[in-house]
Amino acid sequence: MITPEKMKLTGYRRPDGRFGIRNHVIILPVDDISNAAANGVASLIKGTLALPHPYGRLQFGKDLDLTFRTLAGTGRNPNIAAAIVIGIEPKWTDRIVKEIAKTGKPVMGFSIERFGDLRTIEMASRKAMEFVQYATELQREPFPVKKLMMSAKCGESDTTTGLSSCPTVGRVFERLVKAGATLLFGETTELTGGEDIVQSRCVNEKVLADFNHMFEDYAALVKSEGVDLLGSQPTEGNIRGGLTTIEEKAMGNIQKIGRCKVQSALEPAVEPKGPGLHFMDSSSAAAEMITLCGAAGSVVHFFPTGQGNIIGNPIVPVIKISGNPLTVSTMSEHIDVDVTGILRLEMNLDQAADSAMKVLERTINGRFTAAEALRHDEFVLTKLYRSA
Amino acid sequence: MKHGILVHEIDDDVGVAVEDLKKGSKISAVTLEGKAAGSVTLVNNVPLGHKVAMRDMAKDKAVIKYGRPVGKAVQPIVKGAHVHIHNLKSARWAI
Repeated sequence: MITPEKMKLTGYRRPDGRFGIRNHVIILPVDDISNAAANGVASLIKGTLALPHPYGRLQFGKDLDLTFRTLAGTGRNPNIAAAIVIGIEPKWTDRIVKEIAKTGKPVMGFSIERFGDLRTIEMASRKAMEFVQYATELQREPFPVKKLMMSAKCGESDTTTGLSSCPTVGRVFERLVKAGATLLFGETTELTGGEDIVQSRCVNEKVLADFNHMFEDYAALVKSEGVDLLGSQPTEGNIRGGLTTIEEKAMGNIQKIGRCKVQSALEPAVEPKGPGLHFMDSSSAAAEMITLCGAAGSVVHFFPTGQGNIIGNPIVPVIKISGNPLTVSTMSEHIDVDVTGILRLEMNLDQAADSAMKVLERTINGRFTAAEALRHDEFVLTKLYRSA
Repeated sequence: MKHGILVHEIDDDVGVAVEDLKKGSKISAVTLEGKAAGSVTLVNNVPLGHKVAMRDMAKDKAVIKYGRPVGKAVQPIVKGAHVHIHNLKSARWAI
């Protein structure tokens, strides 16, 4: 059995003491209309990564807070060496810059009004070039597993995920928690039918109350729409793969947390305080959920899939694990860890966990995941309600 | 006989086909630990990943998988039948 302490991990030490496993210089638009300038900078300066998205204007209240937290959290993520922030006007741009600057990493904001796209692109590009030259001189160094923060969510699940890929992650998570790593899971609606299991793992009354509040809030949203979620949750892909009900899907999903305790129930895109497994209130839509995990500081993600969800993320490497023989044979370019042996009883969960940990170690040390190589860069903000 | 069905718990009402299963074939079920969990004669074709009834179930019975209810039978289900959205529904989010 591979123990986490035996893994040789290397990464980039950031000024706040956290470790990243990738070394991106991001060009982060505050709002939809700044995407063009962000893309402009990224096309001029090699080694930069633009993160365009469709929101950031006239949002308010909790929805705006979440957008700020997600954008700032993305910049704060240890996989980011430095960040350029571009917004239409300076105030909201500065809010994000200030949050990122708290980590001590290089960050600078630019706003387009009174300059126009072209002058903004020039100014931001000069700074981006400086940041890239800074970032490319940073060296990897060994880091202990207790400095690792990672996340998990499954997608296009089917009955094989509950039997193989999800319990494989559960086994790895049990080992990582023991070794002091920080872990994140979520997918609030997708716990329906197994929420009592999560409740029983909450470490104290406060965590339980926080979790219940989040869970009931989502249940009320589902109820308020007055529709049958069959086809959405479970998805048509889940149904094609043999999953019938939300309870069945939830039980598969929950295998990912193994026997771990839940240390806190976090609002979306909030960084966990302290080691162990944390719940984060989130949608089960893969791109939204992984974007939130990245904003909360996760540097790598385990993604069990049955029918073959092909999700990736621009800043968080996503490791796909599948135990479905049809998916592994027809979509092999998307799968990083093959655990189909479990269904044939040729592999037990400890052996499957060993193979997942080997791929985790190689991914942390720089090997591209399938999703990275295939340019799966899904960066999707969670929108809570209509803008003003 | 090689297994064609996996069950999470030995007493589960339904098991998962680990390959495409043909109507009329007699298929054995095991747990992930390899313990025998009986056998069934298929009354429908059941594709890979879909569920097979391990016993007869009356309408409205809570259907057990993972040793827990995962919904209820909305029509009587016979042993060896394909179990899916036509005969099993969620007991949650009822509208």
